[in-house]
Amino acid sequence: MRYLPKSPAEREEMLAAIGAKSIEELFSTIPEAYRLKEPLNLPPAMSEAEVIAYFQQRASENSVGYTSYLGAGVYNHLRSVVTDTILQRGEFLTSYTPYQAEISQGTLQAIFEFQTLMCQLTGQEVANASMYDGSTATTEAVLMAERLTNRRRVLIARSVHPEYRDVLKTYAKNSGLRVEEIGFTTAGTLDTKGLEASLKDDVCAVAVQSPNFFGAIETLAPLADAAHRSGALLVVAVTEGVSLGIVKPPSEADIVAMEGQSFGLAPSYGGPFVGVIASRGKFVRQMPGRLAGETTDLEGRRGFVLTLATREQHIRREKATSNICTNQALCALAATVHLTLLGKEGLRELAEQNLSKAQFALQELEKIPGVRRTFSAPFFNEFTVELSRSVKMVNAALLKEKIVGPFVLGTAYPELTKHALVCVTETTPRSEIERFAAAVKHTLEQSL
Amino acid sequence: MSNHSNRAVRHIVLNEGLIFEKSSPGKRAFDLPPLDVPAADARKALGESHRREGVEGFPEVSEIEVLRHFTRLSTWNYAIDLGMYPLGSCTMKYNPRVNEHVARLAGIATEHPYQPQELSQGCLKVLQLLEKCLLEITGMDVVTLQPAAGAQGELTGLLLIRAYQEKHGNPRKRVLIPDSAHGTNPATAVIAGYEVHNIKSDAAGQIDMAHLREHVTSDVAALMLTNPSTLGIFEQQIPQIAEILHAQGALLYMDGANMNALTGVTRPGDLGVDVMHLNLHKTFSTPHGGGGPGAGPVAMKKALEPFLPVPVLVEKEGGRLTLDFHRKESIGKVKAFNGNFGVLVRALAYILAYGPGIRQATEDAVLNANYIRKGLEGTYDLPYTRPSMHEVVFSDAIQKKNGVNTMDIAKRLIDYGFHPYTTAFPLIVPGALMIEPTESESKKECDLIIDAMKSIAEEAKTSPELVRTAPHNTRIRRLDEVGAARKPVLRWKPAEKQSKAAD
Amino acid sequence: MAYPNEFRYTKEHEWISAKDDMATIGITDYAQHELGDVVFAELPAAGSKVTAGKTFGTVESVKAVSEIYAPVSGEVVAANPELHNKPETINSDPHGAGWLIKVKLTKPIEVNSLMDAAAYEAYIAEKQKEASA
Repeated sequence: MRYLPKSPAEREEMLAAIGAKSIEELFSTIPEAYRLKEPLNLPPAMSEAEVIAYFQQRASENSVGYTSYLGAGVYNHLRSVVTDTILQRGEFLTSYTPYQAEISQGTLQAIFEFQTLMCQLTGQEVANASMYDGSTATTEAVLMAERLTNRRRVLIARSVHPEYRDVLKTYAKNSGLRVEEIGFTTAGTLDTKGLEASLKDDVCAVAVQSPNFFGAIETLAPLADAAHRSGALLVVAVTEGVSLGIVKPPSEADIVAMEGQSFGLAPSYGGPFVGVIASRGKFVRQMPGRLAGETTDLEGRRGFVLTLATREQHIRREKATSNICTNQALCALAATVHLTLLGKEGLRELAEQNLSKAQFALQELEKIPGVRRTFSAPFFNEFTVELSRSVKMVNAALLKEKIVGPFVLGTAYPELTKHALVCVTETTPRSEIERFAAAVKHTLEQSL
Repeated sequence: MSNHSNRAVRHIVLNEGLIFEKSSPGKRAFDLPPLDVPAADARKALGESHRREGVEGFPEVSEIEVLRHFTRLSTWNYAIDLGMYPLGSCTMKYNPRVNEHVARLAGIATEHPYQPQELSQGCLKVLQLLEKCLLEITGMDVVTLQPAAGAQGELTGLLLIRAYQEKHGNPRKRVLIPDSAHGTNPATAVIAGYEVHNIKSDAAGQIDMAHLREHVTSDVAALMLTNPSTLGIFEQQIPQIAEILHAQGALLYMDGANMNALTGVTRPGDLGVDVMHLNLHKTFSTPHGGGGPGAGPVAMKKALEPFLPVPVLVEKEGGRLTLDFHRKESIGKVKAFNGNFGVLVRALAYILAYGPGIRQATEDAVLNANYIRKGLEGTYDLPYTRPSMHEVVFSDAIQKKNGVNTMDIAKRLIDYGFHPYTTAFPLIVPGALMIEPTESESKKECDLIIDAMKSIAEEAKTSPELVRTAPHNTRIRRLDEVGAARKPVLRWKPAEKQSKAAD
Repeated sequence: MAYPNEFRYTKEHEWISAKDDMATIGITDYAQHELGDVVFAELPAAGSKVTAGKTFGTVESVKAVSEIYAPVSGEVVAANPELHNKPETINSDPHGAGWLIKVKLTKPIEVNSLMDAAAYEAYIAEKQKEASA
């Protein structure tokens, strides 16, 4: 087998050196009754070409040649080929967690740069080396607030991504944390009256998302004030990091949980992505996950090491801040390379393009009778519209035009029966947006 | 050093500062195509939320600078592509390049998790085939591919156990964990709402059966077992352990980190395991990437199926595949979307390349570990003498007499051109040296590490100071971890006094 | 380092120096030596209660965390402010400037049941013998 660097003769030599007559002897500690006598029933071994052919076949059975208006936590953005060039370097791809700092400085410095970029983006003082994704980062941010305040109740906006809330509930079930939801107003933002009514001195965190699941941008300062007045922390989740190129960062937040998929990671049917946790400096000892810190070596050179490891499972065991071990280092590297390529001006311009495309799309859609903008709050590259027919039906028609239509909000918000979440990024040409609007118009007219 | 160590030689490696230190206003590395719609008035559109300036401190560099920056950084790393990582329980095997290729195919990398299921049958078929293969390998009935890593798999497994126990009337209070376990085990048990009770290992490094019998009560939800143990030793009594647990209504959870010793040779499901996780970034070759991403699928017996996390892959009439999000008794979602799909693709590519011959990888892994054990027996102290499987654990007891400990030896191994083995773990072996070569190492490579370790043992006797101050030949010497923890500097800040950059 | 005669000691290597109902508590030279370079100490705020035999904080090195057990019961009057910026004081002067907390004792008599310097020195001598066996 091409992955195994042994000749039959070498195997014999090694067995002889060990003093074993056969390889079977080396498995003698497995009770005989449980040793397999037949090979596993797996598909026959494939050559490299056959492996590729298998996956090409599968690829052809997916969405080739469609234009998509889906966002909802996963975004299509331009990716430079330079990112993969770096990622594919064996020294990054096939290296281990940088516990042995002297031979992992590449990884450690890249993590340090990632941590810095995340702080700069979010307006926070410290960021870690990554979590699995935005949903677990949000969950861990809430658990962190629970530890910091010693309180057992969290108020989370319904306008936070439905899957993020689901993940939080799964984790909360066993930690005794009570999760309560706060609704949204006609503006599309958090119901602050509802929040005030629920804020008592047993709340560890108020958790919101901005831009939220409907695309609406929240005004954070009054939320932070309200939370802090009752001794709670403000946790802000961000699913579309590109928004931070043109939207004010959540610096009023105590903890930010961000999904970094927009920074150079392909949608890849849902993963792997990269979660980010960033917070005020004073909370760092309660922060989960790895942290890279700057230091010097024996001879005074600058270098980087994993630090504050006593928070983590391999030392703290039962009392660890989290059980996380393997995180998403290579994905964080992709984000670091991507953001470095974009740079200050590139990110701003990218954000401006997204904003402009979405504004244009809304304009075109609003020309159609039967389409109405739902929420009045400002938005970035996603917005909510209400259609005169069911979104499912409209999407079915769009599919025939090779268009993957917007997210059906009714699946997650039963009261939003005819509402669609439209996402437009820099990757959608004007002609496609016009074609999309025309197709929606046509479909709505047809069903009259 | 002996002649064999022409393996590690001096070489010019370029230095590099932080990317922020190369930044200069006006430089750009990436151009966007021109905007083809009217430019929005951001101030009007966003009002108070408008971020007027670009992100402060964000780098401004050119494309060549970005490429050189990260390329130089990469040259400071050791990697599997360069040589062996003998790290115990990490299974640092070859990461096949075809896996990278297929994960990047258009139609695989480009798919959105919310796109219509009729446009995702290719992705769903990949998931289905991987599920089938993992079930065949583990001997289990049902599997979920959702968890993002081993630790998340452990949590999922424990939540499944909790749901099962609750259904049977009592969630119970405690989880038993051997004292040799990986740190994620107790950390996870606590998150799942259980108390941890440590089970002793006996003198042979196996679970102390008397101690176990005493502590399996109706208050115990499960035992979390790693098999082979972190000592690399097969837990021979595992069927009996399962019986003891089942008699009290408790379940047997297996941490599958060491599956590289079992694949194709035996199946945890046959041994009585009820639920287990796998580490695809270990046994199934997906790349470590400096610390992830990984994937931690959880395989289980039928009794736990009702509690599977959502979504669950279901085959409908005509072979159409669909994701089912509505499962009444599910433990819920453990992660958004569909698990680390890109990692799952790579693992399937690995399994498809091997086919039924995958057993050969296991045999070679065990052969290599035993060959190295034989080569180093007598030079290093072997605290547990039962046969090793895919990894072997020595201790520094002999070298300690000269004041040289496992960490020192590990650092000196770097000068010989290897990554260190796992030091100071498992906790039950003071001064442990945990070595797992994997099947990806040739006989020559195994001989080289044996020679290197023998040479270091000699140095520990004749020039211990050399070993204690290693490594000597790296770009960076030992780093001040104490200073890093006392005064953490966790980010670069603009206009800060530049610390003395590497010479 | 000598173990001050006026102090009392616990099996978990804490020392306590008591006068009437006020006491100062720290960790012993043996403890700081076992731990290695101290990087951080997590201590309770003034006003919190400590209970004999229960943990009241931690002292951390790079690779380990040590729980600190209260030798007596009482109310914390002060935590050593110097340790925030200079945790290494615990290593350099564990019995003096490296003190951890000052407490107002609720049951001053608890101090008497603790080991005196001679008993503690014998205890750690035994421990050291075990370790090198």
